[in-house]
Order: sequence, then structure tokens, then C-alpha cells
Amino acid sequence: MGVREAVSRVLAVAWKDLLTERRTKAGFNGVVFMSATTLLMFGFALGPDPAAIRAAAVGMLWLTVLLSGALAFNRSYELEAEAGAFDALLMYPGGRWAIFAGKLLANLAFVLLVEAITVPLAAVLYDLPVLAPLPGLITVLLLGTVGFVTLGTYYAAMASRVRAREVLLPLLLFPMLVPLLVAAVGATKAVLVGDPMGHGAGWIKLIAAFDIIFLVGTFMTFEYVVGE
Amino acid sequence: MVESESPDRVTDVSTESARVVWVFVILAILAATQAFGFLTSPPDRDMGHLQKIMYVHVPAAWNAFLAFVVVLAASVLYLWKRDDRYDLLAASAAEVAAVLTALTIALGSIWGRPTWGVWWTWDPRLTSTAILLIIIVGYLALRGFVDEPERRARWSAAVGILGALNVPIVYMSVRWWRTLHQPQSSPSTVDPAYAWGLRLNAIAFLLVMIYLVRARYRAARLERIPEMAAEREALSGSVKNV
Amino acid sequence: MLRGANLTVRPGEVVAILGRNGSGKTTLLRIIATLLRPTRGTGVILGLDLARDGDAVRRRVALLGHTNAIYPDLTAAENLAFALRMLGRPADRAVIENALGAIGLPGEADTRVRGFSAGMQRRLALARVGLLDPRLLLLDEPYSSLDPEGAELVTARIAKMRDAGGSAMVVTHDVVRARRIADRVVALDGGRVVPCGPNDYPFNGGATELSALGGEG
Repeated sequence: MGVREAVSRVLAVAWKDLLTERRTKAGFNGVVFMSATTLLMFGFALGPDPAAIRAAAVGMLWLTVLLSGALAFNRSYELEAEAGAFDALLMYPGGRWAIFAGKLLANLAFVLLVEAITVPLAAVLYDLPVLAPLPGLITVLLLGTVGFVTLGTYYAAMASRVRAREVLLPLLLFPMLVPLLVAAVGATKAVLVGDPMGHGAGWIKLIAAFDIIFLVGTFMTFEYVVGE
Repeated sequence: MVESESPDRVTDVSTESARVVWVFVILAILAATQAFGFLTSPPDRDMGHLQKIMYVHVPAAWNAFLAFVVVLAASVLYLWKRDDRYDLLAASAAEVAAVLTALTIALGSIWGRPTWGVWWTWDPRLTSTAILLIIIVGYLALRGFVDEPERRARWSAAVGILGALNVPIVYMSVRWWRTLHQPQSSPSTVDPAYAWGLRLNAIAFLLVMIYLVRARYRAARLERIPEMAAEREALSGSVKNV
Repeated sequence: MLRGANLTVRPGEVVAILGRNGSGKTTLLRIIATLLRPTRGTGVILGLDLARDGDAVRRRVALLGHTNAIYPDLTAAENLAFALRMLGRPADRAVIENALGAIGLPGEADTRVRGFSAGMQRRLALARVGLLDPRLLLLDEPYSSLDPEGAELVTARIAKMRDAGGSAMVVTHDVVRARRIADRVVALDGGRVVPCGPNDYPFNGGATELSALGGEG
């Protein structure tokens, strides 16, 4: 009964967040337009020479994903604040990690959906050959996004509840993502552009290790972030 | 929350004069080790006497790292024991770590300028240290934004632990990122001629670091006295009712 | 801020807590609900230790606070379904419609809450608390912003608690109502619990005891 109850609670939180997001839509559309704008602005800043753009393309793609995706995390908790539901959420029986897991899943779905639009757009704007190595690309995107969303959901639990939250979340989150950024760009380049020295596998292992370490770290300490 | 011991001792006059003596002793040791480094090390082949800047740069880096370990340990201990003092220790160590890290980066930059003509070399160690600095600044910013002491302590501990977990990962990944593309461009510090100078200065800086952390910690405890006294006084008269 | 609050509530008893703003009423309720950690003192809630058995306490206590804990972009039925799932129970449509009927909103199951009036939202909040089926009900200013019918629902809910052998603690400004619904009225003054009125009696041992509770909320 314990496991089923836990799974029910995780899925309930995820379902609630996603349903609300689908009903309001303002968030998703805003983030998608933000990512499109960011892709274009990077192009303007680094171009117009196609060679320069191609060299920076993978980096620009990942930066766009991180910058626009981060907009989603505070929203997840602002939802609770708006409804005055934070206390009620904490008072349901069972461990608070289920709240974290539910929000993590909802944010993961959200960001992956944004990526589903951003990546093809980047492929068009930056002339990236994404179709051939699609399975590899999807693997890297998935692994990288998991680490990103894990830390984002975690830090937003704190940042969203203090003033100047728009500043505090990036300040806490982005330095922590540097290993992920470096590895994701390296792995994506290896997948898309070729991997003569076989570094891609190493980068992917780094991302996987990063994901595991911080999944464990965040789940183990979430109680301290929301509880008393 | 555990009742902290009486902080009256920290304002004792005899402790005050003992502290002044300590400051002189530590400064004297630091001056001695710096002089030792200056006088005993030959000029570097490439950099000449500029190499001597490392006698501050490297010990500062090592001790910043050590301060960060203190933050990690104090954070874990706070979450385990829920004693306020561990939180204050973590915060004090974080502040000192921030200063030492900034010093490390500044000196690294100054070192690189005459040597390579640039203010920043994307050297993996320097870059990783810059990220570490921002992680510490984030920790301190979070503390600045949260007013309730208990929540501030809990959140700082959580953020401190995750940040500390990331430090080795940052260093590893950035180094790999760099070495894949270009050869290392940081000055070598492994020449045995420099070893003793570095070790002695590291110890001197360790004393400085310990002193700074303790001073900051004492100040933080003093800040808490009025709060705790008010609470004690208010709770001393309990009403028997019902 | 609470400073050494002592209070005992017996099973089947309703206690009303009066007090000015800032007297620590909300802090007291939040501590009992395990949402706040007391800086000192002990609490025994329904025989369970407040500090050690937090989860068990939460399973038996419900808090109806200033806010409704209702998601405006979901329908009434979806809100209650969420509550049921968070309790580990199936989101049974019949149960939901029953709950909505009990608080006077039978036809509104599939309407988005954003369209509800303040009174309707408060009633939905009551329905959610009803689903939690607590043994100790904590109410923080439950009568504010409620029409007379809604107020009756709250009073009926409290009475139901008492009849079922549960207890309730009601924080309110409304002295008249307090005396009408409560078995005992106390006040929080200067962070401490003060007896008031002929209904008080000396400490007798019971299912819920708080001693020397201190807290900042």
C-alpha cells in the first residue's frame, strides 16, 4: 500500500501541475517564444558569417534551452502560492519527496516539450544536421534535461519564496549547471558533427553521473527545503 | 533548536588581549614565510620574480578550498544536530572562503597578464575557481534574502551541501573541457625549488584563515545574543492555566 | 510570537481561541499542524509526540487556514480528486459528488473554480477538509468572508467533529460565535494562553497537551 500511495501522490502532483499549465497556456507559449527569440538573438550576435554560427551552434542551442527552461521552475511553486495551497500540500500524509518528484516530472515534461520546438528551430536557423543522428541526439537531450530540471525544481523551491526570485534562481542554479553545460555541448557536438576521438561516450557518462549524484542529493535534502 | 551555551565568555577582557597577541603572532609568521619564499626561490625561467606571486595565490587557493570543506561539514552537522552554532560556523567559513577565492582569482589574473598578455586565460583551475566563487556568492545571497533564522539555516545547509558536492565535478569537467582543445596554460608550481616555500606559506595562510573564521563566528554569535536573551526572558515566566 | 503557551484539549471538545492580531494564534495552529517547528516546549497531539511523529500527526490533523488551498484553474471536482489522490485514495466520482453536495455546491462539479465567489471557494475548502477526515480540526478564522449559510456549514462541521469524538480548535475574532460553538474559550495574550470565562476548568490530562510552547511564525 505504501508504494502505491506514494506513486499516486507523485502522479497527482504532476498531473495537477500539467493540467493547470495546459489550461493557462500563457506559460508555455511565453517560454517557447522566449527560446525562439534567444536563438535569433544569438544568431545576430555571432553571425552573419555562417561558419561562425555553425561553430557556435551547439553552444547557442544549449544556452537557449537553459535560459528559457529556467523560466518554468519558479512558476511551478508560484502556482501553490497563488492558491494558498503550500501548507495544505505539506500537510498531506507521506514524505515530502513526493511533492518534489511530482513537480520534477511536470517540469521535465514542460521543458522537453519546449525542446521539441526549440531543437528543430535551431536546426533550421543554424543549419544543424539533426535528422541522421536523431536517437543519439535525443539521448543527450534527455539526459541533460533531467539534470537541469532536477536542480531547477530544487532551487526554485527556495528562490520562489523570497523576494528578488528572478535574480536568485539563476544565481543559485547556473553555476551549478556548468559541468552539465560543458558535457552536454561536448556530447551533442560529438553526436551531430562527428566524434573522431571518441570523446562523446565520456561526456555522456559525465552527464549520467551528474544526474545520479544530484537526483540523490536533492531527494535526500528536499525535506529540509520545504519542511520545518 | 538547542539552547546555546552562555556567550558571556566571548567578551571577557583577558580573551581580548589574548586575541591581540594572536594577531601579532600570525602576522609575524606570515611575514616570515613570505620572506622565506621570496629569498629562497630562484626566479622562474619564464616569469622572473613575478613567480613569487604564487606564494599568496596558491596558499589562498588551498585554504579557500579548506574553508569550503568546513562549510560542507558544518552544513551536514547542522542538519543532523540542529544546533545554531553549526549554521553560524558554516556562514563564517563561507565568507572567508569567498574572500580567499576572490584573492586567488585576482592574483591568478594579475599573474597571467605580463606572461601571456591577457587578463584571463581560461586556465581550467582558474575558471573552475571562478565558478566556485559564484557558488559561494549564491550561498551568501540566499542567506541575505531569508530573514527567519531557522529557515535561513536549513536552506543554507542544503545549498551548501549541494554546492560542495559539485566542486570536484566542476574541476574535473572544466579540466577535461580545456585539455581536449589546448595544452595547459597555467604556470607550473611543481618545481621542487618552490615546494618548501609553498608549504610554509600554506600553513601561515591556514592560521590566517582559522583566525578569520573564528573572528567572524564570534561576531555572528554576538549578533545573536540580543535575540536569544529576549527570548529567554520572555519565556522565563510561564503561566499555569487550564 | 508564542512565549510559553500551555493548553490542553480533550477528545470530543471544542476550544475557541480568541486574541488580537499578532498574539500568536496562527503560530499556535501551525505548530500543531507540524508546519512550524516550536523553538521550545513540547506538544502531544492525540497521544503522538509533535516532534517525533510528525507524519502520524499530519494524518490525523487538518488545518483550515486563511487561504483556501484551492487551485483556481482546476474544476471543483478536480480539486477534490487531487486531494483524494494525495491521501492515497482513488478519485471516486461518487465520493466527490457527495462531498460537493454536503457543502451546497452539487451542480458545480465541473466548473472551474476561478468563476466561484469567495463564499463558494471557502465552502469548497471545507469540502476538501471534510475528505481529510481528521480527528483534530484546526480552524483559523473560519467565519470570515462567509455568508450565513456558509457559517452554518462550518458550525455543523465542528459539531460533527465533536459528535464523532474528535476535537476542534477554532481561532476567531467573533466572541459571540465562539461562546456559542465552543465548550471552552481561552485567549492568547502576550504569547501565552489565558483562561477566560466560566467554562474553564483546571488542567486535567487529555488527548492533546501543549506545554511551554514557544515559536515564531
